[in-house]
Amino acid sequence: MTSAEPQDDRLAPAGARRAITGMVTRIRGGDLGSLPVIVGLVLICGIFQVLNPTFLSSTNLVNLTMQCAAVGTLAIGIVLVLLLGEIDLSVGAVSGLSSAILAVGYVQLGLPMPIVILGSLVTGALIGLLFGVLRTRFGVPSFVITLAGLLGFLGLQLFVLGKTGSINIPFDSLLVQFGQQWFLPAWASYSLVGLSAASYFVGEFTRARRRTDAGLTSTPVAVIVARTAAILVVLESAAWYLNLTRGVGAMFAVFLLLVVVVHMFLTRTAWGRSVFAVGGNVEAARRAGIRVDRVYISVFVLCSTFAALGGLFAAARLAAANQGSGGADTNLTAIAAAVIGGTSLFGGRGSAFSAVLGILVIMSITSGLTLLNLDSSVRYMITGLVLLLAVIIDSLSRRSRAASGRA
Amino acid sequence: MTYLPVPTVVRTAEQLLSLRGISKRFGAVHVLNAVDLDVYPGEVVAIVGDNGAGKSTLVKILAGVHPQDEGTIAFSGGITAIASPTDARDLGIATVFQDLALCDNLDVVSNLWLGRELRKGGGLDEVEMEQRSWTLLRELSARIPSVRVPVASLSGGQRQTVAIARSLIGDPSVVILDEPTAALGVAQTAEVLNLIERLRERGLGVILVSHNIADVQAVADRIVVLRLGRNNGEFRVADVTSEMIIAAITGASDNSVTRRASKDAEVVQLRRDARS
Repeated sequence: MTSAEPQDDRLAPAGARRAITGMVTRIRGGDLGSLPVIVGLVLICGIFQVLNPTFLSSTNLVNLTMQCAAVGTLAIGIVLVLLLGEIDLSVGAVSGLSSAILAVGYVQLGLPMPIVILGSLVTGALIGLLFGVLRTRFGVPSFVITLAGLLGFLGLQLFVLGKTGSINIPFDSLLVQFGQQWFLPAWASYSLVGLSAASYFVGEFTRARRRTDAGLTSTPVAVIVARTAAILVVLESAAWYLNLTRGVGAMFAVFLLLVVVVHMFLTRTAWGRSVFAVGGNVEAARRAGIRVDRVYISVFVLCSTFAALGGLFAAARLAAANQGSGGADTNLTAIAAAVIGGTSLFGGRGSAFSAVLGILVIMSITSGLTLLNLDSSVRYMITGLVLLLAVIIDSLSRRSRAASGRA
Repeated sequence: MTYLPVPTVVRTAEQLLSLRGISKRFGAVHVLNAVDLDVYPGEVVAIVGDNGAGKSTLVKILAGVHPQDEGTIAFSGGITAIASPTDARDLGIATVFQDLALCDNLDVVSNLWLGRELRKGGGLDEVEMEQRSWTLLRELSARIPSVRVPVASLSGGQRQTVAIARSLIGDPSVVILDEPTAALGVAQTAEVLNLIERLRERGLGVILVSHNIADVQAVADRIVVLRLGRNNGEFRVADVTSEMIIAAITGASDNSVTRRASKDAEVVQLRRDARS
């Protein structure tokens, strides 16, 4: 071994081959990333398509995407708290409360829509602040705090709704239009996809050039081109297929946008880095000078705010808020989605995209079973099995990471 | 009884760090009692002592984990107070704790720059950080296969290297290493000892806390012995054998055995007096 060894990273075979061998090594080492969930999604789609040919029809897929947005938004928040190694059991209740505030404020009190929306989101943020302060000041486990929050805010939701129990939101209100009727025009969906692919390419290309200029390893241009092409083809054909009927829902587009934004914050900013650091080793993060308390509070605030936003989406989609809003399995579906999507329950590992992938898996199962005329009993059992599978994969990959020294 | 201190060494450089009369109590326990310590640039000072000698407490005082009860700390000549880890860092005292405090899920670059990431625009300047990481690791002749692998995949010696390299990011003038070789194998220990020599070559004052006399003799210039919270001798490595260090650590010159021997001598004397 010589002192020139630090560079042996760069002595590896260059070009596309290295990219592939690198990926194989990573996967062998248990760094599975999104692979299991993508494989699972393809399998699920395949099975349901065989059982019922309408499953992959454009109409059904449009419906499926529309169902994803609300709970998917909750799942984004869950991904964030899971990255810290914490949990938030109250997202369902907070989303229900947010729906209730919207309905009561807009319909019963006649307040303007923007004010009501703002009020719901601020309520969510304050709830998150409360959780964060309780967590950091008193060191109570987030499991317990948010369990208390689940009960408390469920009660508050019922209180806000009052005796009415269920409030319908007028069909012609902008929010309901947004949730049910607004779809991106075909040209807009294609150009949005094109734009994202282009910005991906430009971003990666300039990064690679800067790295090459600095004498560091960089992704070969061929690989960047291939990835961009893959993104372009997959997303454009998805958009095209959805456009055969109603198209890409505005609410779903907003959900995807949120995921991308959160992903950027997680991977490109010091705040994102500190979230991963706290999730990996709190004490190390603290000694490195990270204000750990602020990281906790910011994440809880974001999670509850996303929950409130998800509640608004749910009310928009349903055109109503009732005592059951955000109840039943909403909570657990959001948590399951984040975990199925590949975010580790053990903290410090995961990605914002797991919210999308996970919710697509769960909603595919729901939609497929509905098409087969199976009721929710079967749906719960199957979703439970898939969740179990996801957690087992998480634990196994953790173990194999430990075995190959990538824990 | 204590060992005679080394004759005052002629110093060309000013002390970087100078502790005088440092005391620390935890409740009724006197953990440190009027401890003195000097650190000069380009010098490795080893602090050795048995369990409970107060080594870790001394390190924690310097790292800003808890302040001393009595005594003064002079840094580059001026008296200062180290009230928090941030104070220590701002002064230029970097500490590598025994547990290393690395985030296993993050890669080497992220760990090195954790808490003081370089920014560019609104985001992180990954290119600059990675480039400077390579430069630093190369200066230390560190053997790290890749700076983009999670720290968990590195060996114990490599992790120690990363932790030491991280302490250098803020350009400190004093580096404190708490038991850096405790969990390492023979080859990795040698690697870390080389690294310590390189820190000295950079003109840093290095405080090495260790149990391992062989390691201390291999790299240290000066050895400060603590025993039961007090200074119990200071040696230049060139003048001392490991037996002498161990004697100072265990207090072999002042223990039940020696006390008994002197008591016997007194008794013999008394008997003689009685007979005469």
